[in-house]
Amino acid sequence: MGQDKTLIIDGNEAVARIAHKTNEVIAIYPITPSSPMGELSDDWSSAGQKNIWGNIPEVIEMQSEGGAAGAVHGSLQAGALTTTFTSSQGLLLMIPNMYKIAGELTPSVIHVAARSLAAQALSIFGDHSDVMAIRQTGYGMLASGSVQEAMDMALISQSASLRSRIPVVHFFDGFRTSHELSRVLDIDDSVIRAMINEEDVAHFRQRAMTPDRPVLRGTSQNPDVYFQARESVNPYYEQMPGIVQQTMDKFAELTGRHYKLFDYVGAEDAERIIVLMGSGAEAADETVESLQQEGEKVAIIKIRLYRPFDSRQLLSIIPGTCQAIAVLDRTKEPGADGEPLYKDVMTALAESVIHRESRFEYLPKVAGGRYGLSSKEFTPGMIKAIFDELGTDSPKTPFTIGIIDDVSHSHLEWDASYETSAVKKTTQCVFYGLGSDGTVSANKNTIKIIGQETDLHAQGYFVYDSKKAGAVTISHLRFGPDEIRSSYLIGTGQAQFVACHQDMLLDRFEMLDMAAPGAVFLLNSSKERESVWDSLPFNLQQQVIDKKLHFYAIDAYQVATDSGMGRRINTIMQTCFFAVSGILPGDEAIDKIKSAVEKSYGRKGRRIIEMNYRAIDNTLAAMYEVQVPEKVTAKIEKTQLIPDSAPAFVRDVTARLIEGKGDLLPVSLLPNDGTWPTGTAIWEKRNIGPEIPVWDEELCIHCGKCPFVCPHAAIRSKVFHKDVVENPPATFKHVPVKGREFADGMHISYQVAPEDCTGCGLCVEICPVRDKSRSSHKALNMEKQVPLREQERVNWDYFLTLPEFNRSDIKWKTMKGAMIAQPLFEFSGACVGCGETPYIKLATQLFGDRMIVANATGCSSIYGGNLPTTPFSKDPDGRGPTWSNSLFEDNAEFGLGFRLAINSQRDHASNLIDTLSDELDDELVAGIQQSDQSDEAGIYEQRQRVESLKEQLKSIDSPAARALQDVADYLVKKSVWIVGGDGWAYDIGFGGLDHVMASGRDVNILVLDTEVYSNTGGQMSKATPKGAVAKFAASGKTMKKKDLSMIAMAYENVYVAHVAFGAKDMQTLKAFMEAESYPGPSIIIAYSPCIAHGVDLAFNLQQQELALASGHWNLFRYDPRRTEQGKNPLQLDSKKPSIPYIDFAKTEMRFSMLQRSHPEASRVLFGQAEKEALERYEYYKKLSEISYENEDAAVTSKEN
Amino acid sequence: MDLSTEYLGLKLNNPLVPSASPLSKNLDSAKKLEDAGASALVMYSLFEEEVTEEDNLMDSYLYSQDIGHNEANGYLPFTDAYQTKTDEYLAHIFTLKNSLDIPIIASLNGVTTGGWVDHAVEIEQAGADALELNAYYVAADPGKSGREVESLYIELLKELRKHVSIPLVMKLSPYFSSVSYMVSELQQHGVNGVSLFNRFYQPGLDLDTLNITPELSLSTSQESLLTMRWVGLLYGNIDISLAATGGIHTAEDALRMLMSGANVCHLCSALLKNGPDYLATILADMEAWMEEHEYTSVSQLIGSASKINAVDPAAFERCNYLQVLRNYKV
Repeated sequence: MGQDKTLIIDGNEAVARIAHKTNEVIAIYPITPSSPMGELSDDWSSAGQKNIWGNIPEVIEMQSEGGAAGAVHGSLQAGALTTTFTSSQGLLLMIPNMYKIAGELTPSVIHVAARSLAAQALSIFGDHSDVMAIRQTGYGMLASGSVQEAMDMALISQSASLRSRIPVVHFFDGFRTSHELSRVLDIDDSVIRAMINEEDVAHFRQRAMTPDRPVLRGTSQNPDVYFQARESVNPYYEQMPGIVQQTMDKFAELTGRHYKLFDYVGAEDAERIIVLMGSGAEAADETVESLQQEGEKVAIIKIRLYRPFDSRQLLSIIPGTCQAIAVLDRTKEPGADGEPLYKDVMTALAESVIHRESRFEYLPKVAGGRYGLSSKEFTPGMIKAIFDELGTDSPKTPFTIGIIDDVSHSHLEWDASYETSAVKKTTQCVFYGLGSDGTVSANKNTIKIIGQETDLHAQGYFVYDSKKAGAVTISHLRFGPDEIRSSYLIGTGQAQFVACHQDMLLDRFEMLDMAAPGAVFLLNSSKERESVWDSLPFNLQQQVIDKKLHFYAIDAYQVATDSGMGRRINTIMQTCFFAVSGILPGDEAIDKIKSAVEKSYGRKGRRIIEMNYRAIDNTLAAMYEVQVPEKVTAKIEKTQLIPDSAPAFVRDVTARLIEGKGDLLPVSLLPNDGTWPTGTAIWEKRNIGPEIPVWDEELCIHCGKCPFVCPHAAIRSKVFHKDVVENPPATFKHVPVKGREFADGMHISYQVAPEDCTGCGLCVEICPVRDKSRSSHKALNMEKQVPLREQERVNWDYFLTLPEFNRSDIKWKTMKGAMIAQPLFEFSGACVGCGETPYIKLATQLFGDRMIVANATGCSSIYGGNLPTTPFSKDPDGRGPTWSNSLFEDNAEFGLGFRLAINSQRDHASNLIDTLSDELDDELVAGIQQSDQSDEAGIYEQRQRVESLKEQLKSIDSPAARALQDVADYLVKKSVWIVGGDGWAYDIGFGGLDHVMASGRDVNILVLDTEVYSNTGGQMSKATPKGAVAKFAASGKTMKKKDLSMIAMAYENVYVAHVAFGAKDMQTLKAFMEAESYPGPSIIIAYSPCIAHGVDLAFNLQQQELALASGHWNLFRYDPRRTEQGKNPLQLDSKKPSIPYIDFAKTEMRFSMLQRSHPEASRVLFGQAEKEALERYEYYKKLSEISYENEDAAVTSKEN
Repeated sequence: MDLSTEYLGLKLNNPLVPSASPLSKNLDSAKKLEDAGASALVMYSLFEEEVTEEDNLMDSYLYSQDIGHNEANGYLPFTDAYQTKTDEYLAHIFTLKNSLDIPIIASLNGVTTGGWVDHAVEIEQAGADALELNAYYVAADPGKSGREVESLYIELLKELRKHVSIPLVMKLSPYFSSVSYMVSELQQHGVNGVSLFNRFYQPGLDLDTLNITPELSLSTSQESLLTMRWVGLLYGNIDISLAATGGIHTAEDALRMLMSGANVCHLCSALLKNGPDYLATILADMEAWMEEHEYTSVSQLIGSASKINAVDPAAFERCNYLQVLRNYKV
């Protein structure tokens, strides 16, 4: 059949293609790395693509994976072929329904991009921890190890499930397979039709619940029958392996691609065998081939069907010559005496002996090993090391491979330089770039060109760092004549081509370690030709000379500018690659790049195409080969990334992570319980801002707005006495602070952290002061960073040495006052111009020294807690926010737990004081027990009292005194903050949020409302406004945004604030102060412009103003305390909408896209949105005007 | 009464042609214009800046959404349903051509050659009867000579002429050193007509924010005098069509333009102010005036008071300026 069409796709797309064609309902919830499967399905359904029955599958986004599983279960019971896609915690949330679906023998498939589970830390990367947690549900489990296999197994699993009635989890490795671009053969619809037995489908439909054939399914059973009923399914499980094999055989007939339940690869008379599943089996396959060529008697067994586990079949393929087996698990079960696959194989072998069925004279030695957790590399060198270990008299078990375990000494040593023969046949290329420079998209294009236009196989895998602003990308591309099974990164000395698309990365990475002798090194450098060589650090120069590299350079940014492309260099660097790599002949390559550009932009971006053409033509003339001298000329070996003054942990651990050498850290250096020090972002100097603000101290009015809006806390204000300024750097600026609230002699300085500023320009945007004679000049002005870097670095270091202003003396109700408080959230990896981080930073300025944060998974947990460095920091006394992320769905409850524990400790301390009161100073006891901690001075005094208490306790020798020593600090106020995005608050975590609000407990909830799932890539949430386009709302969301504030206000005992920092800064400040001071639950819903809105965040503040002016967002505060004073609790802080809604909507691509794609719908939806905005405003206004002076009077009051 | 005229080789029922304005964006108002007697319709302009801005926005927010993060390789779904401003424009030409009987003149507003050739070809394919090039170049670069500015116009025209066969009319600004020379150059390179004159956007200044603010005001009859003079000077010296635009609010304004030498009179502000039906009023007034003054056709009128046919040809040139000054009372 016509199945030979070649595709260049990743694993997610490969699977989604089959799932979309073989299902009628798809219920999903976004989670990395499986989200693209749902998104593609939604795209296809939106575009009218049909399944093999000629219907368009219904794709629905649910509020959680639990919800998705429920919808899947229901849809299946009612007779629609239904699927879902998920990963990690998402799969765990599906477990309850999975028992039901399997228990009811309901055929269906869940496609899982397998990912680590959150344990000591969250990880989005791949391993089998999640799928190993559903072994017990009754689902069949089918593993695939490559993009092609993922596509094939997706179909085989669908077919076999329908035939066997057993639902299947089809899994493949997250990122390694889900995100690897690979050349695959498509599966034609005719093959899909042939594989899906219509009779099976008919039987499935006949079992559907319908009032026309009423049944009752899902009884409550008692001790008399539950057990027997549970055993009734056994025949289905016994038959299933056979059915799967038949399905595989049929697939082989149709496509020529053969699979077995357990695929044996290697020597027929193998003595040493590795058993494993997933993508690691591909690398092992390649390694075995190589080792066999070297004469080694080795083999691997690839597990395809893991559940039901057909142990007889497994044993039948192990040759009698086998002397040792290593069973590899990509998971960790602490406390177990072996991981699951190991135990399954052991049980099989043991049972064969017990039942006297063994074919072995002696049972082979069996070792269990763990590998590849969280996408840890699994390379041929490691695989060879395992085979070598199996050749010893007593192979280590259990063992680990791929890490240095100096605690349990579990690891095997390996030779990182070992290469397979297959790798030697491929061309391997590595590219260092930034997320924003288009390197990855250019490389994806390159793979498509080579994979589709030549006979070569192609593979692409992309590694990102965890920052959102200035993210570094490393692309690994392979091309070769044979199928590429190298499921691992390009290693040291292997790359024939290394490109550095950003010269700022030369210092950060030892990128030429990757280069093979004689390789090509391509550098984008803004340096003049004659100084390019000298711009290389010592090590790189040495490697260019030693490895005899061919060194080419180009000033791609200049070519881009000359070609009208601005800062976009992707096509230019791609052209250079083709020009010097020699993979395609020159002219042919240029033609192919041009046609790829045309294909990418289509007829909708003609000018961009022309600019690209111009850039391509200009590139070849601008690229040149650098003459390499015979000797190294660089003087400095390497810039020291972390200064010696950094704490030991930062030098020993964090520094290695920043360098990209975390893989080499031994177990002993890592915290064993997930606890890491705070305040590490300050040590990672990324220098990503091309421009930084420069303070004009003569113009400045000290309003405090610039530090307020800065998303990265990179501009600070500090007030200090002029006498403390001793030997300042020559260019350090400070002037007498304006304002009568400050004593004589007090000075202020506004200082930028030049290497941490991302150059968003919001500080300049908000600056209200202009030079009278030159209106373009403000009190802050952006200037090029490079010439200022050194000077301002010295100034910044000096600024840090100046004392912080006494918090007790700060006038907190003024912006100027609040902004001289030290931010304890700094230099996060959030996007340039992020609309969320100013709120978190503000909270840390106001309450950071007593703040405990529960952070829902999402953007804020990534920029808040993703290694290598984290932004929450400490004040000079060592106090600061303590932060934790539990899960996505439970954050409100998690934070409530903080409050319960703190209160419990506080009460315990208080009780102990009562117990010890006779031995303590009476005045001190009274002061502590009756403290007023409603302001900074009160908190300061309580801290002093607690210090005195601790002092007194030292002289009391009693268990109660020791116990009080431990908990005394709880007598000082603690501020609990529950932080998360709208995906958490409106959707997955809403149930918990609701319960916590209803609890009446003193917690502060901060909802960073970007009105869309930002972290996972822009999926619709219930906060998404009407008319906005988002993933799963491609035609514009038709329902209006859920009014979370109304729900919260309905409780009447919850403090509620709706804020937008860029629209009215003082209202935001007031809301935070009030929320925190409110002794019950508080919720602040904070408008947060986001790149997902399709706006340049340089206009972040302007967008907030427009949102307010159009009525899209309102400002108000609901303070239950006011009712006690006979006042209306609701205060409306914004005015009636003053501009048409469309004047706001048209400035953001999320809305304007609808105008362009669905003009009629946009007119209707934006018309409704405008009406609703006005109605909402009027409604709030009326609510705010209700009189609370007299309960009987329902007349309006103008009091508010 | 024969009101017909010829413009760009197109036979028109009368010389009143609505110029590029929002009235052509909507099919209903376009139909009203036709019903009121419009003899042709110049569509609203496809602006180079808008198309470029849209391209850039699409590049930034749709084509290149990847920020380099593991969890998101894009944010906004981008489907084929997306209609660019160009798509919309072409579709609208098609709609107008299918719904109206009068000729449709498309309008491109820009100055660079890049991209416009393709747009022009597409506009021709979509069925436009002619294309007006609203070459809008603000000569702010002190390093660029008048000759260089002129060559931008000429190059644009030459390039377009190579690729499209429908009539081309160029809308000019009055700020050339020699309008006559410029028009003659354009004629030499194949333009079928010129439209005089473009109104320049003149921004204002907000005293509170010190921001430059967009200002747009409708024209007045007074503004028609500049056009009338240049139409009168050009008529007879060139062989291409002349369109008068800017400040034509009454039948009298239109009649003056025709007499000065215009083949058609463009209406914009007058229609925006008074509605599409106002065209019928001007037409009726014109006809009445012509009847009253015993004219039988518009062709009689055209150019009858141009410089070459004027009672006092010199009055069109500098001495007329002196006259104006002399009459000015302090």
